[in-house]
Amino acid sequence: MAFDWMKIPYSLLTLFIVVNYGFLLGAFIQKIGARAGRRHGIPVWQNYLDIIKNYGQRSSITHGVMFYLGPVFRLSGGVGLLLFVPTIYGSYMFSNLSFAGDLILALYFVFFGTLGMALGAGESGHPHAAIGITRGLSQVTAAELPFALAVFSVALQYQTLSVTDIVAAQQGSFLNWTLFTNPIAVTAAMLGFLGSMMRPPFDVVLAPQEIPIGPPTEYHSSYLALMQTNRAIFPIAKIVIYMNLFFGGADNWASFFLKVFLIYLWSAFVGVCFPRFRVEQSIRWFLIWPVPIGLLSILVV
Amino acid sequence: MSMKPELMKRMVKGPDGVEFEVEPLRDYYCEAPPTVMPAAYSKIVEDLFNWARAESLWILGFGTGCGAIEMRPLMTPRFDAYRYGIQWRPTPRQANLLVISGYLSVKTLKRAIRAYEQMQSPKYVVGLGSCTINGGMYWDSYNTIKRLDDYLPVDLYITGCMPRPEALLAGFTDLKKLIKAGKGEGANQYAENFAWYKANQKQVIHDWDMPDYNW
Repeated sequence: MAFDWMKIPYSLLTLFIVVNYGFLLGAFIQKIGARAGRRHGIPVWQNYLDIIKNYGQRSSITHGVMFYLGPVFRLSGGVGLLLFVPTIYGSYMFSNLSFAGDLILALYFVFFGTLGMALGAGESGHPHAAIGITRGLSQVTAAELPFALAVFSVALQYQTLSVTDIVAAQQGSFLNWTLFTNPIAVTAAMLGFLGSMMRPPFDVVLAPQEIPIGPPTEYHSSYLALMQTNRAIFPIAKIVIYMNLFFGGADNWASFFLKVFLIYLWSAFVGVCFPRFRVEQSIRWFLIWPVPIGLLSILVV
Repeated sequence: MSMKPELMKRMVKGPDGVEFEVEPLRDYYCEAPPTVMPAAYSKIVEDLFNWARAESLWILGFGTGCGAIEMRPLMTPRFDAYRYGIQWRPTPRQANLLVISGYLSVKTLKRAIRAYEQMQSPKYVVGLGSCTINGGMYWDSYNTIKRLDDYLPVDLYITGCMPRPEALLAGFTDLKKLIKAGKGEGANQYAENFAWYKANQKQVIHDWDMPDYNW
């Protein structure tokens, strides 16, 4: 198979759009959260300033090779996730590097960043980082279970592992979306989605008041800036998968922005309504509610 | 100088039966003194960085005296400092502004120094309240320091006993102006006069059981 070199600049363009959208959307969602608490919250451009500042810090120290590679792994997890699923359905420019079995790869990439982070944070030698990453991994694992079950259910339903084919099967009317053809799987996946967005009630891993900021305790300067860049990319990339699998994908940038915003808003909405879970509570919650729903969706299909 | 037993050099037997020597002060900390960090080569770049630094002040969530209570309202709807790009970070690695909020007892000074030295350059110190300027109402106390400037390079003082949250916001606005003008070079000042600062610190901290510089 001949490789289409033109895809590389097009993919970089997708990445550029998504990074900027991620920065703005992240700040915007934070503003919505602040408004719910009757504050004004950060300016929408605050994320850019933080990034420039962190890249501009004059000193940084390292705790070893893995400490350096942790944020790099995390960033590549986010970028990889984004690049291997089609961002805009039916568009040659923004279909990125998607291929026939990309659903499995995407599932893997969702986890990749967290694992890299575990290695990096472990190397920092800070006890808070070690506790934080233990909590983070257990919670993300519990949250991934319903999502993985829902993905299998969807794959069974459409008899394919290609995200593009799944999107194609949902075209026509919004009644063709998985949301309406397989609501049980979507319920399980959206409940699991809450667990991986690092917003309340599942944000105890990064909670400043608990163990100072969890895994990234020791990260600073440009390391932290790398991770912040990933904080912009990763949620969007994950939402793109959700959008493609469950909400009919997007065939232009306007519907892309709208759908991503609404899916993101779901986690923010739940976040401002419910208080924070402890880790064991959240794992129990994931195992009691979304996981059986996910199993049920597979049985139904 | 009294040294805590867990900080002494000693032999430790590992779980696999191998004995090895542990010297906590050398093994767990870095003893390299701080160096002067030059600004970015190009003035435009440095100005951009200074602008971003000023508009993105991350305060270390570390309260030393009664003034800490005046910082909390800044996070609440009434004062909402987040509007001005001021955020709180729980770890010194990520923070770049240390607010010494009120009187500083000698015991806390030790922690403040360690927190300050773990922060990444460029970093700023704001002294909050009269106690950091001349001791304030604790001027004849046996256990608090009088002039914060002798121990850490202070960029800005906010006077009052206690200053209200509005005064803090005004102070942070002034600090932003200083940083944008390129005058927030406390970290380099600390590195240049390192011996002087250390001598002052050791003069009041009698149980100095930490390395001279621990980043």
